[in-house]
Amino acid sequence: MTAFFQSLGMNYEWAWFVATICGILLIALPLMLAVAMIIYAERRFWGAFALRRGPNVVGPFGLLQSFADGLKVFLQETIVPSASNKGLFLIAPIITFTVALMSWAVIPFNSGAVLADINVGLLYVLAVSSLGVYGVVIAGWASNSKYPFFSAMRAAAQMISYEVSIGFILICVVLWAGSFNLNTIVHAQQGHVFGVLNGFVFNPLLFPMWVMFLISAMAETARAPFDLTEAESELVAGYQTEYSSMAFALYWLGEYANVLLMCTLNATLFFGGWLPPLDLPVLYLVPGWIWLFVKILFFFFVFSWVKATVPRYRYDQLMRLGWKIFLPTSLLFVVLVSGYLMFTRYAA
Amino acid sequence: MEALLLEYLPILIFIGLAAVLGGALIVIPLIVAPSKPDPEKLSAYECGFPAFGDARMKFDVRFYLVAILFIIFDLEVAFLFPWAITLTGLEGGNAVFAFWSMMAFLGVLTVGFIYEWKKGALEWE
Repeated sequence: MTAFFQSLGMNYEWAWFVATICGILLIALPLMLAVAMIIYAERRFWGAFALRRGPNVVGPFGLLQSFADGLKVFLQETIVPSASNKGLFLIAPIITFTVALMSWAVIPFNSGAVLADINVGLLYVLAVSSLGVYGVVIAGWASNSKYPFFSAMRAAAQMISYEVSIGFILICVVLWAGSFNLNTIVHAQQGHVFGVLNGFVFNPLLFPMWVMFLISAMAETARAPFDLTEAESELVAGYQTEYSSMAFALYWLGEYANVLLMCTLNATLFFGGWLPPLDLPVLYLVPGWIWLFVKILFFFFVFSWVKATVPRYRYDQLMRLGWKIFLPTSLLFVVLVSGYLMFTRYAA
Repeated sequence: MEALLLEYLPILIFIGLAAVLGGALIVIPLIVAPSKPDPEKLSAYECGFPAFGDARMKFDVRFYLVAILFIIFDLEVAFLFPWAITLTGLEGGNAVFAFWSMMAFLGVLTVGFIYEWKKGALEWE
């Protein structure tokens, strides 16, 4: 894109800057739009699962429901509780929102179509996703109210517990791909199994890792069945209890941007990202980003499907699953994967 | 060095832009939306009762314990990352040495993990 702006007569620095800004807007604005649409889609899914209609009044088929909701909260009063730490209270949703957008800078949408093609992309995603817990903890603390406080404690322990196993799972992927760069990881999946199946998920050693990654992703984003941080029967609305207006909406935007990010990581790390599922020349006629979006939507459907059908975990069960099952299993698979790679390379 | 840092410049701009956008979305409703605060509205929500006690109370030490365990294991993950990308690129004897030294490290960590499991640090009754 830099070359295009240079052809308009700008010098290199300015062309680069304008191209970067355009790239950022090309990611951030469609992302916000996508979040609005998937909130609508998810409500329709839940409606269908419960044999209800779901939102169907605002606009054709209710398509404008999320925008109507957004406009409504935008014009509502922002209530800042008198007992809260007011500065932190207002900064916390900004942190959640910013962190939720940040990771998207390194996601490849097509071959080479990435805002910042850094060589430690996956490490960056891991680092940024662990920052997400700050928005929640600060909100819970700054609200100075009991439900948000309990919720923040739970959220902190839950997110960091599952981050450990996510770390080990990512190491298995990195071992096989030999790189942190997400573009390289996608390329490494081309014809991975039998030379025709694109994706680490078809590899018997990495398939269990994908199952664990999917479940950990749900726990990491505090989605059902692990939504103990906002279990409405116990904690009202969790850390969002005291929030209203756009501060509340920013949590929603951030949360769903994170869910989409986890769906994207599922697609990128295990299902070949922007590669078609089979390594056949005719499938490459479809642009890569369409394959990626189809995969993201599929995983998003899986997320809503799980939310609509699986009952909520208890907190002790959640911690047991994270520490006593996922952690030892993922550790074992790091040994198995690296052992297998060593064996196939140096046994002869 | 310069080129390496330049790769990260788009990320920095992205963070700035996202923070400005988030800040604007917080500030604009503060200005344009109606604001009629009263003491009841601004009190902490406690299912309709006046709040009793302080919300900044003692919390279960297990949350703290989980955080400490997390630091140990996250550090271990941080050690594994550079090992994971270099392992497949190493030659012969170096690779075998790298593999077994990491296995020894993981072995020590597993012993620690079994110890904390037996001690009951992972129990939530």
